[in-house]
Amino acid sequence: MNTPTPRFDAREASKWFFRHGHTGWLGLRFTDQGDNWVELELPWREDLLGDRSRPVLASGPIISLMDMASGMAIWQTRGTFQPVATLDLRVDYQRPARERASVRGRVECYRITRSAAFVRGVAYDDDLADPVAHVAGCFMTIGADPREANPALGGGDA
Amino acid sequence: MPEPLELPAYARSLGVTLTGESEGGMPVLTVDFGPMVEGRPQHFHGGATAGLLENAGYAALRTALIAAGRDPMLKPINITVQYLAAGKSQASFAVGRITRLGRRNANVTVEAWQSDRARPIATAVMNILMV
Repeated sequence: MNTPTPRFDAREASKWFFRHGHTGWLGLRFTDQGDNWVELELPWREDLLGDRSRPVLASGPIISLMDMASGMAIWQTRGTFQPVATLDLRVDYQRPARERASVRGRVECYRITRSAAFVRGVAYDDDLADPVAHVAGCFMTIGADPREANPALGGGDA
Repeated sequence: MPEPLELPAYARSLGVTLTGESEGGMPVLTVDFGPMVEGRPQHFHGGATAGLLENAGYAALRTALIAAGRDPMLKPINITVQYLAAGKSQASFAVGRITRLGRRNANVTVEAWQSDRARPIATAVMNILMV
């Protein structure tokens, strides 16, 4: 297999991202994407409840959902997969998710520099306009490939 | 007699447990490294680290509330997580500290670390509503 690296595609990447590890355990699924945003879904699951008294998802898995959607929104915007590290992630909870509802997380990357990326997004269960949470985050690229700075070597486009 | 501290289903299924140790009177929680918490190979996923921090924050608040004879329902208002270093393939620990316990709102600061308590890998600040 010696094909050129295609542009990062969240839908394709999801096929192997969510097979293992933390996001695989959570059962994250790809739902939608745009030029600079990605939407993922966290299915409702009995063993992810955060409260003894109500069948609603804990907030922890929602952070994982938004963190993963953030990373993928950054790769989607950049067009390449380059590992990123979360520096700062803020989640403002607007209301509890509905009982037995899965939660979708839609995150856009609104600004990207050579070493940092800024994201914002919402988590919602039913209506995008009535979110469960708002998020804002700042990420940093790690292990930056120095070839990127060299236009003679950079690009990687097909 | 005070009720024993109980972790939610999410904490239990993620593998978060109480170590039995405490710091400043607050319980220290831990999670082993494994596939359930792995993000990029051999590192903690940021979401799993946040889950540990959040659970330690709630455990600290519950501990303070039990001591005060209170048992309100807790609702998250917000959480801000700062990632300071990569979480490597070993156990992580976390403990919360109550910065302010009000009547309706609590402000809780949480730190997570691995082999060296003096080198936190992540911190969080949480505002929690009590109803």
